[in-house]
Amino acid sequence: MLELQHIHKYYNPGTVNEMCLFEDFNLRVEDGQFVSVVGSNGSGKTSMLNLICGSIPLDSGKIVMNGQDINGMPEHKRNRKIGRVYQNPAMGTCPNMTILENMSLADNKGKPFSLGFGTNRKRIEYYREELAKLRLGLEDKLSVKVGSLSGGQRQAMALLMSTMTPIEFLILDEHTAALDPKTAERIMELTGQVVEEKRLTTIMVTHNLRYAVEYGDRLLMMHQGETVLDQAGEEKQRVSVEELLTKFNEISIECGN
Amino acid sequence: MMTIVLGVLEEGLVYAIMALGVYITYKILDFPDLSVDGTFPLGAAVTVRLMLAGFHPVFCMLAAVAAGMLAGMVTGLIHVKFKVRDLLSGIIVMTALYSLNLRIAGRANVPIFSQETIFENSLWERIIPAGLAPYLTAMILLVLVLLVKVLLDVYLKTKSGYLLRAVGDNEVLVTSLAKDKGAVKILGLALANGFAALSGSVYCQMNGFFEISTGTGTIVIGLANVIIGINLFRRLTFVKATMAVVIGSIVYKACVSLAIALGMGASDLKLITAVLFLIILVVSSLGKTGRPGKTGMTGKSGANGEKRRGGKAGKEGAPHA
Repeated sequence: MLELQHIHKYYNPGTVNEMCLFEDFNLRVEDGQFVSVVGSNGSGKTSMLNLICGSIPLDSGKIVMNGQDINGMPEHKRNRKIGRVYQNPAMGTCPNMTILENMSLADNKGKPFSLGFGTNRKRIEYYREELAKLRLGLEDKLSVKVGSLSGGQRQAMALLMSTMTPIEFLILDEHTAALDPKTAERIMELTGQVVEEKRLTTIMVTHNLRYAVEYGDRLLMMHQGETVLDQAGEEKQRVSVEELLTKFNEISIECGN
Repeated sequence: MMTIVLGVLEEGLVYAIMALGVYITYKILDFPDLSVDGTFPLGAAVTVRLMLAGFHPVFCMLAAVAAGMLAGMVTGLIHVKFKVRDLLSGIIVMTALYSLNLRIAGRANVPIFSQETIFENSLWERIIPAGLAPYLTAMILLVLVLLVKVLLDVYLKTKSGYLLRAVGDNEVLVTSLAKDKGAVKILGLALANGFAALSGSVYCQMNGFFEISTGTGTIVIGLANVIIGINLFRRLTFVKATMAVVIGSIVYKACVSLAIALGMGASDLKLITAVLFLIILVVSSLGKTGRPGKTGMTGKSGANGEKRRGGKAGKEGAPHA
């Protein structure tokens, strides 16, 4: 379970550019929940993910993961239980290392990076099987450098790598936004599969309203650091893209755009 | 003629050890580390000090490596913990080491001609026939350099080595793997400066003295060696990068010797070093883009420029920014 309690976050505090993003923001995500998050630019979606992962510091409040307050825990330690896929496909892989080396790295997450051989030969067959599931032909290119793959192929690998070892939370930060529609569709299918298969507690930020409606069992709409829509269960199943668009327009009018 | 070739080979090989260290920081970590200007003579200072105190040359070399690694860690700690920019962290350590090296060695110039070294000792005198004696130094160096190269190759294939390569390639991924990227950088800098100090230790044993000024320009020589090597063998993928660096070191030394043979004085050495380095940078960037472009201290420009956009973009409080 993941809980954000009374979160306060200011940007550029003490300067003329001071901006309050979160003022007493609260969110509780149950185990196994798949939350889709939509919202306009600057609404705090990515900041929320960054706060959860520890990429940016919190001003006040609590982030509780499985009952433990993780405030102050450095980013890399939090990542033991978190897998994250970024918008930029280059963020999730090492371009100058081969597919096999990237898979080996990901496979070793949570274990010590000792002086043992980097690639375990016994695992190669498993890597091939996992890559084959992506249906991108990557299983035959194990010695190819990841830098020469397309964005979609890299993002598929990033998704695979971030969910390869046992994790509990999956953070998806607009992970289909930089992909062409067809590839985005494929990555979303894979995301749905992996979340279901591994029963991951997932938070997915997206600008694609259709994905937000189709995937996940809870939907959040954020605006200026607040949740303006929060629907789960059957209510969530009834939400339509049109409804979301209407809500979006209401918000925008309030802002005077 | 033979003596010139041997001289080139010997000096090239000595600097190859240091260049392998620079390869770690510049090419793998993508960290322009200037501390080698201090750790190269540090290795020499530690060696002469211990040697004059009666220690075995091999022990002196190991101690030099340890001292170099420690200095490298300091550079890393300054960068990671105090968020000082990479270039500046190296400059701080390099500058401090100048005084420290003088303290360790005692004077700016310390001869060790009468001491037993890895090149001149009673063992070699007994077992090496007189006919081979002129080639002994080069042979010992060759064995040593190949040993160091193979060790580095093997290390880069380990899990720890993978992580080191990953941190230079995409540090966000290292964080995602639940590893502290700062610790990995410190480790890489320690290794690189251990190599530089070993090189300095061997260099002073070969020449028979410690001289404080030998450190000046080490980084330029190291970078030149790495860049020549990598560019010479860019299209030959079967030549490992580490091998390319070793050969690059010898080629570079040959170029410098050629310039001196063509009438430049020995006092022009650093000028030659600098100009040659400039030529190498410009030529290698011409080779990549067809026109002079990025010729800075970015180890991974050109084809991998994307890494700069991807890996490092958007990170708050990145010390390089």
